[in-house]
Amino acid sequence: MVLLTGIVFLTGILVSKNVTHRPKDFFVLYLFLVAGVFGVFESQDLFFFFFFYELAVVPMYLLIGVWGSSTDFGTFFRSKEYSSMKLVLYLVSGSILVWIAILAVYVQAPTSGQEASFLFSFLESAKVNYDLNFQRVFFPMFMIGFGLLAGLWPFHTWSPDGHVSAPTSVSMVHAGVLMKLGAYGIIRSMSILPEGAADWMLPMVLMGTINVIYGAISAMGQRDLKYVVGYSSISHMGYVIMGIATLDTLGVGGAILQMFSHGIMTALFFAVIGIIYDRTHIRDIGVLGGLAKRMKLTTFLFVIAGLASLGLPGLSGFIAELLVFIGLFRTYPLLGILGIIGAAITAIYMLRLIAKAFFGPMDERWEKLTDGTRIENIAAGSLAFTLLLVGVYPTYFLNLIDSGVVTFLKPFSGT
Amino acid sequence: MYATDNLTANLHLLLPEFLIAGLAFLVITIDFLLPRERKNVLAVIAVLGLAIIGIFSIIYLGGKENASLYEGIFVIDRYSLVFKVIFLGMGALVILASIDFVKKHLHHPGEYYGIILFSILGMMLMAASNELLTAYISLELLSFSLYILVSISRDNQKSDEAGVKYIILGAFASAILLYGVSIIYGTLGTTTFEGIGQAMGSGLSVSPHLLVGMAFILSGLAFKIAAVPFHMWTPDVYEGAPLPITAYLAIGSKAAAFALILRLFSTSFMQSIEEWHLVIAVIAAVTMTFGNLSALAQSNIKRLLAYSSIGQVGYLLVGIAALSTAASNSIILHIIGYGLANLAAFSVITIFYNSTGKENVNDFAGLAKRNPFLAMVLTVSLFSLAGLPFFAGFITKFYLFIAAAKEDLLWLAGIAMVNSLISLYYYLIIIKQMYITPVKDDGDLKISAHNSGLLIFLVLGTIIIGIYPGPLVDIIETATKVILPAT
Repeated sequence: MVLLTGIVFLTGILVSKNVTHRPKDFFVLYLFLVAGVFGVFESQDLFFFFFFYELAVVPMYLLIGVWGSSTDFGTFFRSKEYSSMKLVLYLVSGSILVWIAILAVYVQAPTSGQEASFLFSFLESAKVNYDLNFQRVFFPMFMIGFGLLAGLWPFHTWSPDGHVSAPTSVSMVHAGVLMKLGAYGIIRSMSILPEGAADWMLPMVLMGTINVIYGAISAMGQRDLKYVVGYSSISHMGYVIMGIATLDTLGVGGAILQMFSHGIMTALFFAVIGIIYDRTHIRDIGVLGGLAKRMKLTTFLFVIAGLASLGLPGLSGFIAELLVFIGLFRTYPLLGILGIIGAAITAIYMLRLIAKAFFGPMDERWEKLTDGTRIENIAAGSLAFTLLLVGVYPTYFLNLIDSGVVTFLKPFSGT
Repeated sequence: MYATDNLTANLHLLLPEFLIAGLAFLVITIDFLLPRERKNVLAVIAVLGLAIIGIFSIIYLGGKENASLYEGIFVIDRYSLVFKVIFLGMGALVILASIDFVKKHLHHPGEYYGIILFSILGMMLMAASNELLTAYISLELLSFSLYILVSISRDNQKSDEAGVKYIILGAFASAILLYGVSIIYGTLGTTTFEGIGQAMGSGLSVSPHLLVGMAFILSGLAFKIAAVPFHMWTPDVYEGAPLPITAYLAIGSKAAAFALILRLFSTSFMQSIEEWHLVIAVIAAVTMTFGNLSALAQSNIKRLLAYSSIGQVGYLLVGIAALSTAASNSIILHIIGYGLANLAAFSVITIFYNSTGKENVNDFAGLAKRNPFLAMVLTVSLFSLAGLPFFAGFITKFYLFIAAAKEDLLWLAGIAMVNSLISLYYYLIIIKQMYITPVKDDGDLKISAHNSGLLIFLVLGTIIIGIYPGPLVDIIETATKVILPAT
């Protein structure tokens, strides 16, 4: 996960070279965001976990509000002020649920005379003190609180708006990494409250399924490039949530790989869209068209991301989704079928998007378009390369994931 | 012979208080000798004096644990020392923040600074008093100074109105408080905190008279800290008072009242905690919810901060409801963190008001362009008040809520967190005005050197408490040990 964060942030900075409006403040806030995200993945302690989690939310408001862009289609208008306020309020209400649950866990943990502590290792060893009802009440708080951040249906509505309004690099980070914080948080809390979590897996896998289908169908109806990717993120996060909820070695491993793959993929999407938007100032699929003639490399990169998103073999999305599906068929076969239908819908909207925006007749307006600059290409290219690498040689990543998954699943093997 | 011996014993321990009173008279006297254009010297004298007295108290009283005088109605212990230093610091900062304001809007700087010094004296005595009547008299010294300060800008109608409202309602609250004291004295025959505590702990069931007395005392004090339903005066008084005084009301007088409440409740009423802790928990919940919801609707920034400070009182009351060592630590910590952040916010508003004469939320549009530093300071302080990490507000709230959760008040902590969310919304609206809304009026805003120094100090304080509260917590722990031995 730290690897993912590093890759996405680095490329995010590379593509935001053209931030000209108050650049100093922009990068200061951006680095705060980086600090927050790294902190979450690295903290061994629930308090610092929460501290950094909140820290990652703080700069978002200004980043989106000041440097973002509004969407205006005449009939459909979302101002960036609206989106940023919605995003922050949603995320903070999620963190309130998490906070309450953290306090409850912390207070309940110590056996008499023991010094309480926020360390994960301590809380996990203290789980004998949580009786089943306690776990049943407080796990959903963790689940919904973190699920908010992960875009869990029905708490996802902040995410497309937020992603669309954010400046390119922030969208990359946000969809690419921040949403994963939510999934990561769910995994962490499951290992603290395993029995309660096991009882909540069915609702969670159902929500994940709705995420997949709902996100994919919504994505089909969008005209704005970024909204398509925003809704497809929701759909993909659905796979992550389903994978985690299977409690199956392959399913969970697939979910984690999907987190990684989706992080890179979405970052690539937003980077390419950013490149296009910088030049055309339009993200409307109906108006764009034939971009491939002038922006060859950019198109190529977008197509790679698109194919990874619909799960073409050879790219990372395939491996991850395959693992999730195998896990699902072992546990909830019916939902597995729905998940595959979701992947099929993804193929429909993604291919249609590519066909419309990049191929077909070219509008005269786009005669003078140029391809991405060298720095932009290196940034986006390295993301695409990572996608390929995971797709062709997943063993390295799977080994990395497997060791973690086995220890994570230990408490569930009995149930 | 015997009596005089007792009265003068340990009198030297009150030296800091004597010095403050002396300083106040000195400032008022020097005022006559100074020509009009050099009145700033008064502020310098006052601040330097406060700094010297602060250092002197730390050195002089630092080693003296648990001394008392006048047969125990004043105690000089770590608890009162910590609060004394807090009050001296707050007083000095408020005086610093008001230099420009006084120069521009007020005619009597000597009286202004002198009365602030008297009110600091009142606060210090409140933290040290260990007996109900003494506490009452110290509280009145503070209140009277504040009545005058609120209406000190005499040619401003709003200020006069605020003063009248404040004095009438304040006198009413004092009467209730005093009535409560008399009932307690009538029932128990003593007014010292320890005496009340012993009487309550002596195994007798708590009598109805006692409960009525406690309720009256609680109501009187609730007025002073502006807890719902005794808060009605707050927005009007805050709006009408001169800006630095609004800040002072929001921070100083509340901190002092909490210093008193904390000592009173932990030494006297602790024994019957079962009787009142739920009442206070409900008051806390209502106070913060009411304060934050009302703040949503405000367009005047002073009123907005007034309501938000009602909300903050709610958080502090959470600590009183969950009274324990951890809770009282976190109350003091929260007072300090909240004081720094609130003072920073008010200083920015004062500076802004001084150069533009406006105080509505949408007048702040484009402040980030006009003066990025001011906008940054206001953002930091608002984030801290909302309890976002990296700033003091996060840590202090976290401590407070843990303490509440440990005392089985998780529901109350939950309500408090939802309230933080509400407050975040209206703070973000101010921030949106500063950073996102286009500029209406772009002149550069100038800040004087002492003001930027003050702001830098406050922001640094907020951040340092936010990331490294350890040493401060240790100091506070030594203080609360005195009032809550081993729980």
